[in-house]
Amino acid sequence: MKQEDLLATLAVQFAALSLLAVGGANAVAPELHRQVVEVSGWMTDRQFAEMFAIAQVTPGPNVVLVTLIGYHVAGLAGALVATAAMCGPTCLVAYFVGTAWERFRDAPWRTAVQAGLVPISIGLLGAGAVVLARVADHNWTAFAITLATAAVAFCTRWNPLWMFGLAGLLGLAGLV
Amino acid sequence: MSGNGAGTPPGAPRAPSLAALFVAFLTVSLSGFGGVLPWARRMIVEQRRWMTADEFNDAYALCNFLPGPNIVNFSVVFGSRFRGPAGALVALSGLLGPPVAIVLVLGTLYARFGDVAFVRGFLAGIAPAAAGLMIATALKMAEPMLRRGAGPAPVIVVAAIIAIGVMRWPMLWVLLVLVPLSIALAWWWRR
Repeated sequence: MKQEDLLATLAVQFAALSLLAVGGANAVAPELHRQVVEVSGWMTDRQFAEMFAIAQVTPGPNVVLVTLIGYHVAGLAGALVATAAMCGPTCLVAYFVGTAWERFRDAPWRTAVQAGLVPISIGLLGAGAVVLARVADHNWTAFAITLATAAVAFCTRWNPLWMFGLAGLLGLAGLV
Repeated sequence: MSGNGAGTPPGAPRAPSLAALFVAFLTVSLSGFGGVLPWARRMIVEQRRWMTADEFNDAYALCNFLPGPNIVNFSVVFGSRFRGPAGALVALSGLLGPPVAIVLVLGTLYARFGDVAFVRGFLAGIAPAAAGLMIATALKMAEPMLRRGAGPAPVIVVAAIIAIGVMRWPMLWVLLVLVPLSIALAWWWRR
């Protein structure tokens, strides 16, 4: 594909995706994986899992996963286009809805919409975890790391970065 | 809503200047490993007292409900409430600028050294941890829902996980079915 075509594809795909991201950037991880690995063939499972991991250990919003994917597909321009496409449309929505929202504070439909979207975002995150575990966990050590990180992050107040560090060391030692 | 007018929360010293907004979101962004929200809350509610806890929860609930990266939406809503479009833009660039720059450096290194054995080993180790963190986040979000007596909500959660995570159906179609269904169930359950 030509560079311009690639950039246009990135822009359209990610802008559309951003409007489906109920519950944040990680909620679209399964759909991102489906599009960039299975449909477009821009990267392998392993590369996707690795980029996801890099995005998690970068400070700041998780949306930088999209920046990395854009960079991998079409260089610096791809990174900027992908990021802008992922944030632009929803920022505009946020800007305009943000000012109107207060008026509907006690409307019953607002409560129902808000309550109805909670299980959707949880389900999307769960789906993301399933997809990611399937591409990242090729052996029992990896599977154990996933379970241990989930347990520690759920049950304790430790910074999850410690688990990432430990897991990275196990990987360096060639155990994963 | 801009300037020092109606948007100023009671008890706040004053509406933040554009520079203060930029610095605040930049700081929050750079401290936010594995989630920016707790840091944003600390800065805005506890340290600078730009919003009360309730105002913060309300603004954040809105950003959860809007599509897109939550904290990115939050920076826009927060910035615009105090300083209009310029405030939104400034808060957004403070939040996104540094992480995008950092991840681009990491991306370049990855493109160059991604196949070196020890880098691959390290990444093979942290990718499963990232999956685990995602499981924990989903569980943490589910916990208050289950404690309140969730009604039909868990069915929606499981349906979404199976349809998108296991069957790998396109998200658009799944959401077109599940979102209206979930809202209708929430409406019916509350009556």
